Amino acid sequence: MELFDLPLIWAFIIGFGIIMYVLMDGFDLGVGILFPFAPNEESRDTMMNSVAPVWDGNETWLVLGGAGLLAAFPLVYSILLPALYIGVFLLLAGLIFRGVAFEFRFKARTSRYLWNWSFAGGSTVASFAQGAVVGAYIQGFETANGVYVGGALDWLTPFTVLTGLGMLAGYALLGSTWLILKTEGRLQEWAYRITLPLLAAVLVVFGIISVWTPFVDDMVRQRWFSNLTVIWILPVLTLLCAFQIFRSVRNRLEGMPFVATMGLFITTYLGLVVSRWPYVVPPEYTLWDAASAYESQLFLLIGLLFVIPIVLVYTAWTYWVFRGKVRAGEGYH
Amino acid sequence: MELDPLILSRIQFAFVVSFHAIFPVFTIGLASYIAVLEGLAFKTGNPVWVKLSAFWTKVFAVVFGMGVVSGIVMSFQFGTNWSNFAQASANFLGPILSYEVITAFFLEAAFLGVLLFGRDKVPAGVHLFAAIMVATGTFISSFWILSANSWMQTPAGTELRDGVFHVTSWSMAIFNPSFWYRFVHMALASFLTGGFVVAGVSAWYLLLGREVEANRKALSMCLWLLLIIAPAQLVVGDFHGLNTLEHQPTKVAAMEGNWETSRNVPLLLFAIPDQENQTNHFEIGIPSLASMILTHEWDGEVPGLNAVPVEEQPPVGIVFWSFRIMVGLGILMILFALAGLFLRPQGRYARTTWFLQGLRFMSIAPFFAVLAGWFVTEVGRAPWLVYGIMTQAEAVTPSLTGGMALFTLIGYVVVYALVFSAGVYYLMRVLYVGLEDQQEHDHEAERPARPFSAAHVPFEYADDNSANPANQGGH
Ligand code: HDD
Ligand code: HEM
Ligand code: HEM
Repeated sequence: MELFDLPLIWAFIIGFGIIMYVLMDGFDLGVGILFPFAPNEESRDTMMNSVAPVWDGNETWLVLGGAGLLAAFPLVYSILLPALYIGVFLLLAGLIFRGVAFEFRFKARTSRYLWNWSFAGGSTVASFAQGAVVGAYIQGFETANGVYVGGALDWLTPFTVLTGLGMLAGYALLGSTWLILKTEGRLQEWAYRITLPLLAAVLVVFGIISVWTPFVDDMVRQRWFSNLTVIWILPVLTLLCAFQIFRSVRNRLEGMPFVATMGLFITTYLGLVVSRWPYVVPPEYTLWDAASAYESQLFLLIGLLFVIPIVLVYTAWTYWVFRGKVRAGEGYH
Repeated sequence: MELDPLILSRIQFAFVVSFHAIFPVFTIGLASYIAVLEGLAFKTGNPVWVKLSAFWTKVFAVVFGMGVVSGIVMSFQFGTNWSNFAQASANFLGPILSYEVITAFFLEAAFLGVLLFGRDKVPAGVHLFAAIMVATGTFISSFWILSANSWMQTPAGTELRDGVFHVTSWSMAIFNPSFWYRFVHMALASFLTGGFVVAGVSAWYLLLGREVEANRKALSMCLWLLLIIAPAQLVVGDFHGLNTLEHQPTKVAAMEGNWETSRNVPLLLFAIPDQENQTNHFEIGIPSLASMILTHEWDGEVPGLNAVPVEEQPPVGIVFWSFRIMVGLGILMILFALAGLFLRPQGRYARTTWFLQGLRFMSIAPFFAVLAGWFVTEVGRAPWLVYGIMTQAEAVTPSLTGGMALFTLIGYVVVYALVFSAGVYYLMRVLYVGLEDQQEHDHEAERPARPFSAAHVPFEYADDNSANPANQGGH
């Protein structure tokens, strides 16, 4: 007999992994997106140093998510990846380019500009692809008998382009508020300056998406406008977070803008989850339909329960070690 | 011409996995070597061991980094190109591959940082412990991934219900019939890779007269190791082949280039297999030797390819020749190990120019042997993906079109060509700078979990005379 509702437990684990990934890799991707616009080369050094110690720990959540999805919800894995085939390739290529840029830019002298492009371009492509994935998810996938039957570019529509741009703006906002927290002087001044325009861009795109979504998707429309009015708490919270960013930037607070931006992401994410729950492959399959066998979910859960706490402690430790401001000229010679 | 998504996916998978595989086989071997060096340093306190260990840790960092980057791509391949297979086998492969990632993750989180950056910051004993744990971790990692692959070769412990595999016995599925053979063969292959690379690089430094004492010690150690491991690989490989004969007779027939099931089968040294006409051209062979090797009797019966219909035969030429490349290189390795033994008196192995030059070239041999071995294993399994149960054609993503597959194939080739040539180029720089630059540290902040930053070597040659061995020669 099945003792626990394992698919539910796994849904929480994977959901947690996704938001961890979005928040943590989000700010370092954001720093990459902002890279070409930085005031000068010295600021770029500082920007890169501010995320260098943590970025690849951040990225490991993605690998864990990919493997965990195969193990716990194979149907999601085997429908989403074919449906997003080209997008996944772009995402991986982007991540590879920015990953090696971290390693080589500090070592390079004459070829440094190449690694600058590799970092900025890779971050931008990867972020856009992630945003488009979210959009494609809202659109839903064309399936038959548990298999994706749509075309190669079904995921690329005006709607997903918009969500892609939204993700770019959102990650850039995470990046700029991170820089407010981690830097000082001219670079911090610059980060303060760009934060409010970025916030405005995010709000505009989020606004359009919110208005558009009910048209793309019946289920969301019903949820939002008929049976579940409590859902409206989430957009209200989102707006509160946005206001908080606005106020704290005005008052030149250093930590609050970043915290409030994370709040903005979390409430939006929860909004998305609640609008969909319990469908994991919209519009047809719920998380119970998509789950792997009970004994398989159990087998992996045991190992994961040991490892996740260690990873969390290690992550916290890394951030603690590298706390405080990053200064120009520090961290490389 | 119609583009076939199946063929293109196979080429793409072979390309990305081959690329990935060469890094871990090297890191697995190197991690153990570093652990040994750390152990020696800890026990004897001789600074030579510290010097060697510090140098090879730098190389390790770069190679490990490339292994991680190419590994991330692997974890999405099953879903993008083989979604039917992913769906069908997820109950077993999902947890197994996740355990692989978890192991790598854990290793990286807990011990890699200490190994790469902690030499001056933690007590020597802790540093040694970290080195041992990293080495152990690479083995646990390969344990899982080889279990997954072996299960596809010789499926056991699972049951197919409504097109989905369900695990009936975890232990039978994980320790499936070909697992231990593959694991041991692969572990030895990793040691051979580590051993020949270290030997080759040390030989090169000796030829240049750089850091003679340390490099002679390193070379001597490697030669003893290779003397044991290279012949052991032949023996293990033989057992591996016998196991394959039992479970995948068609693959063995392809390795031997044997079309008809028969007795007194010769061991072919050369042949051009002709699949269309189901025969070989230009055969040169040693009478009855294949029968002897496979059945341990001169007139033993060896299975033939035409025991199965043509559609169930693997591409014979690739399997046949890959097998010969692997075994040929294996024998060459044994010869070099033996030569090292004969040159032992008065330490001539460290002075004999032809031997050192030869070792330099042998440092790339294990990589070719490893890839050839995988080609035998994987191509020889065609058309099956899960042997005898699921074919490659059934496994491929249904919505995948030839155009999509071609796009990503070209994409991966371009991305890898750019990124990895930068990586390999940088690795060459690290080797070129050599053991000598130990004192010249720059002020890079420690960044745990960032393998490359452990290697403090600039990217270009420009204005960098530590790179010029002429300035350094004969310390
Ligand atoms: C966990 C599983 C796994 C592991 C560890 C490996 N492979 Fe594999 N390989 C597959 C899982 C797989 C597969 C998914 O089962 C493929 C994809 C298409 C196919 O026919 O089998 C495959 C195909 C495949 C092919 C193409 C065969 C053909 O199309 O006829 C080659 C050349 C390789 N692999 C080479 C390698 C190398 C060099 C490896 C070294 C690490 C390796 N494989 C490890
Ligand atoms: C289909 C095959 C494979 C997949 C899906 C795969 C997946 C991965 C992934 C995702 C990583 C990176 C983990 C991280 O983020 O740190 C990785 C690294 C690694 N893989 Fe693989 N891998 C495959 C084949 C192999 C094989 C055949 C071996 C060895 C026998 C191997 C051994 C390792 C090791 C030791 C690492 C750690 C990094 C390194 O040493 O370079 N993998 N692999
Ligand atoms: C010296 C004689 C050798 C023999 C007789 C031998 C035998 C074999 C056989 C029969 C297989 C195929 C097993 C199967 O798919 O069922 C195999 C695979 C393989 N070999 Fe060898 N081998 C030898 C040397 C080497 C060397 C020197 C290396 C690398 C340094 C190597 C690396 C591999 C690898 C990586 C595989 C694929 C993984 C596996 O199936 O184990 N082999 N070998």
